Amino acid sequence: MTRWGMVIDTDRCTGCGACVVACAAENNIQTVGEEEAHNGRAMHWLRIERHYEGTFPDVKVRFTPVLCQHCAAAPCEPVCPVYATYRTPEGLNAMVYSRCIGTRYCANNCPYTVRVFNWHDGEWPEPLERQLNPDVSVRPAGVMEKCTFCVQRIQDAQDLAKDDDREIGDGDVQTACAQSCPARAIVFGDLGNPASEVVRLARSERSSQLLEDLGTHPSVFYLRGGE
Amino acid sequence: MAAPANTAKEAALLRPITGVRPGLILGSLVTGALAGLLFFSWGYQIKNDIGVAGINRPVFWGFYITNFVFWIGISHAGTLISAILRVTSAEWRRPVTRCAEAITVFALTIGGLFPLIHLGRPWLFWFMIPFPNSRGLWPNFRSPLVWDMMAIGTYLTGSVLYLLLPLLPDMAILRDRAMAETPASLKARLFSFMALGWRGTTQQWHSLEAGIKVMAVIIIPVAVSVHTIVSWDFSMTLAPMWHSTIFGPYFVVGAIYSGIGVLMVAMYLLRRGLGLQEYLNDKVFNNLGLLFVAFTVIWTYFTAAEHITVWYGHEPSEMAVFWERVSGDYALVFWGMILVNTVIPLAVLSFRWGRKPFATAVVGFGVLIGMWIERFLIVVGTLRLPRMEFTVGTYSPSWVELGILVGSFGMFAMLYFLFVQFAPIVSLWEVREGDHIAGSAAASPEPVTEEAVR
Repeated sequence: MTRWGMVIDTDRCTGCGACVVACAAENNIQTVGEEEAHNGRAMHWLRIERHYEGTFPDVKVRFTPVLCQHCAAAPCEPVCPVYATYRTPEGLNAMVYSRCIGTRYCANNCPYTVRVFNWHDGEWPEPLERQLNPDVSVRPAGVMEKCTFCVQRIQDAQDLAKDDDREIGDGDVQTACAQSCPARAIVFGDLGNPASEVVRLARSERSSQLLEDLGTHPSVFYLRGGE
Repeated sequence: MAAPANTAKEAALLRPITGVRPGLILGSLVTGALAGLLFFSWGYQIKNDIGVAGINRPVFWGFYITNFVFWIGISHAGTLISAILRVTSAEWRRPVTRCAEAITVFALTIGGLFPLIHLGRPWLFWFMIPFPNSRGLWPNFRSPLVWDMMAIGTYLTGSVLYLLLPLLPDMAILRDRAMAETPASLKARLFSFMALGWRGTTQQWHSLEAGIKVMAVIIIPVAVSVHTIVSWDFSMTLAPMWHSTIFGPYFVVGAIYSGIGVLMVAMYLLRRGLGLQEYLNDKVFNNLGLLFVAFTVIWTYFTAAEHITVWYGHEPSEMAVFWERVSGDYALVFWGMILVNTVIPLAVLSFRWGRKPFATAVVGFGVLIGMWIERFLIVVGTLRLPRMEFTVGTYSPSWVELGILVGSFGMFAMLYFLFVQFAPIVSLWEVREGDHIAGSAAASPEPVTEEAVR
């Protein structure tokens, strides 16, 4: 049984931000501009949190990339009045943009604050509109969105596997963030496949999850503990 | 039931309906212009996207949801208070019920607009309505927003019925007067339509009384469920200081509290503006003042219980919200709320001199502000401080949100101005009935029943 998941090694993360850029390019995320970003309306599906550890002068910065955790018991799902967000059989927490009416209730009930809202229509001034990804729909104003685990890439890999008449293998799907990470801190794969890299890493002693005590059962694991 | 018409007393009540009062027409126009501001701002927002409001991430809900809870709360003035007074057969209720029931219908109409105003794509609101459709989809019955819509729909239907039922005999009185004077006029036709063929037969009176009794009993649990469900929009979530078992009863109490507040202000203005001193007399204000101060105490108890349990539990994400209110960014607002919702009402309403019309109206106005603040602190206070500390945010409203807030008060006042010119704001027949009971009790040599004295 496929259950897509991710492992992020914060001991490896350098906070370079390549994942944030790759995600925006892959998923047609609108850039809102300086003023709107200042008003708390930046739309990144993935943010890099900076946490400072220790006391001066012995200070260390730890970077934590935070994206939709694709919780198995997602608090955002039951509160949506129109089923615009729901859980797929493959363990994705999916968004149906055309169904969303913009109550923003899901975002309020997301303890990770990873959902972002289209306050306005996106603008892609010439020639930027040519770099829009044709596999991803552009969301209109008034609609909620968030990380999809690059569902279009999953779909693509599954189609290819089907064409070749084989099972999808570990490593066949790479999310944009995982692909672009120069430190290889992000690994994506099938948590339902015991032989996969994500399962091996998620079982590590260094593994933990965000706000574990809330019982949301996230699909994202974080590794930390080493230097 | 054919009580003699107290023409001198009733004249003040009928003047705005039968004659033309320039003051009332001017009032309707001014408040109508303010109501226009609401629809202008909303139209601007629909045209230029929801982004013209000040909400952001993480404060996804702001003034609109605050106003929603506030107005739905105000709506508990009427139906609930009037139903409680009817069910307990409090005699002094007679001049109060109509103006309270009108508050309910108007506040509910406005409150019901806000969930639509706040939507990102309001033209798709019908996605929430459960009906068989070409999409083959039902709404998500697990979502408190769907419960909300059904609860408010039920309450609005019930409240309109509950306002219109006791209006029937009065409409018949107005119809008969208008028919005698100008049978072909628009007013005469309107009143005869609204009277639904009321003839005042014994059987009609029996049916009416039975209907009002049934509605009064049914509307109480409906009203309680409405504000409980509104509170569940918050307490069904995981958010710090929203996820609380106390919210259901706390919101119901707060709703009634703000409802009495607006009733006090409305009654004072009606009394002054229309010269209804004989109906809305000191006794009515004194009795409602007692109910008011009782709710001050209950509301204060709930507020204390909410905060003390959080403080004792000392869960970090909840304590962040707690300190924000008690000594942080919103401390001034929070303690201001305690001042107008607890300190002033207790200091004034506890004494007989404080339960006079002007004093209760001033206290009522303060409580309105305080209850609006309470909802603001709940909505924005929590959302600013999510569990992930990295995403802490801030919020200030845009002119669109302020315009809609001001416009909502304008719309409420406009509806009230219009209603006063269309129907007697004090129930004619119920007061006549009361006078009749009091008169026969005074004349009767038999022992007076307890009910009649009350």
